[in-house]
Amino acid sequence: MLNKNQIAQRLAKELKDGFYVNLGIGIPTLVANYIPEGIKVVLQSENGLLGMGAFPFEGEEDPDLINAGKQTITSVPGSSFFDSAMSFGMIRAGKVDLTILGAMEVSEKGDIANWKIPGKMVKGMGGAMDLVASAKNIIVAMMHSNPKGESKLLPRCVLPLTGIGCVKKIVTELAVLDVTKEGFKLLERAPGVSVEEIVAKTAGKLIIEGEIPEMEW
Amino acid sequence: MNKIFKNAAEALNDIHDGAIIMLGGFGLCGIPENCIAAMVLKGTKELTCIANNAGIDDFGIGLLLQKRQVKKMISSYVGENAEFERQLLSGELEVELIPQGTLATRCMAAGYGMPAIFTPAGVGTEVAIGKEIRTFNNKEYLLEYAFDADFAFVKAWKGDTEGNLIYKETARNFNPLMAMAGKITIAEVEELVSAGELDANQIHTPGIYVHRIFKGINYEKRIEQRTVRARLPNP
Repeated sequence: MLNKNQIAQRLAKELKDGFYVNLGIGIPTLVANYIPEGIKVVLQSENGLLGMGAFPFEGEEDPDLINAGKQTITSVPGSSFFDSAMSFGMIRAGKVDLTILGAMEVSEKGDIANWKIPGKMVKGMGGAMDLVASAKNIIVAMMHSNPKGESKLLPRCVLPLTGIGCVKKIVTELAVLDVTKEGFKLLERAPGVSVEEIVAKTAGKLIIEGEIPEMEW
Repeated sequence: MNKIFKNAAEALNDIHDGAIIMLGGFGLCGIPENCIAAMVLKGTKELTCIANNAGIDDFGIGLLLQKRQVKKMISSYVGENAEFERQLLSGELEVELIPQGTLATRCMAAGYGMPAIFTPAGVGTEVAIGKEIRTFNNKEYLLEYAFDADFAFVKAWKGDTEGNLIYKETARNFNPLMAMAGKITIAEVEELVSAGELDANQIHTPGIYVHRIFKGINYEKRIEQRTVRARLPNP
């Protein structure tokens, strides 16, 4: 079973040289720590920055320079700032190559729910609905089950939807899965995790073909 | 034509109860601190606020919420504010949550003189309920209307006496869009200079969109999530 940093490390393998990438809050943010050597990616922060850098050194925090999670950050050489309409314009126009975000539920059709728990949590969708409606390549990083132990990979989402038919791939602490027309296709399993365990913890339709290799990173 | 005002209280003198107001900023970054403080003092009520976030309990729009001056919020994310959540769940506050890109682009449309936009954000979700859907190139889009706001409060880094504005880093966010969208736009700036002192090539918001401008004071620029990395020890 992977910890959050290992999930981020596995996700980093999806990055390709020259990609413009939007990383969501939580596990996706950690992916920035594991960008493979020899690969250059440009991180987009939807509050208006291309070229997001590391956290600032203590004492160098700049309140005018934050990421979409409202954390203090830095910008790298060659970065650019822009307004929120242009930011979502480049997302809508398909200029961002890869979006990695968290989810509460994903359906076997690639629907995603990650913004609202009726009667409980009212925070809003932020930029998530814009991102999932437009991004070419959407990968979800999440735990396989919710805190109650229920599967988050479902035949249909129960929670209010963020977007429909948009998730392409899922990386959890147990497995890497593609979302195909037929359902979740198991690609890799975490070291020490059996196919049986993944089957038991996946409520949606799961396709298993041949030997399932262990993840590497 | 004089756009220069002495301070926020003077620039906001004619704002009435029930006004629809846009407020720039993302989180607490680039928010019009002076305008918000002046509104709290003025006590104007029944406001509809269009802003990406609702501040935190004791700063930003949270200050207006505490004084029950807000009737309705139109925002994309309101997670950092317990008082907001309380007023929402108790029904005291009306809230319309909309996707962030939709919020930005509805401001943009107003500033560009376009009545509506089409966006794929929210298709197939509860955001789409009651909205017109059009299909272009086999993909569905929602029709979303341009905002119609009485006032826009924006915060810029530098401004000049013509109302031209320059923003700093990610404090730009919604500010230039809302500046274009307000029927009356009020800009507060950290530095106010004479016409000609700003490089005309570098202007983000042309002065035509800005009706009132003043030099803000006592900027707190509160940080919501202070994240830092450790310095490596000197060799």
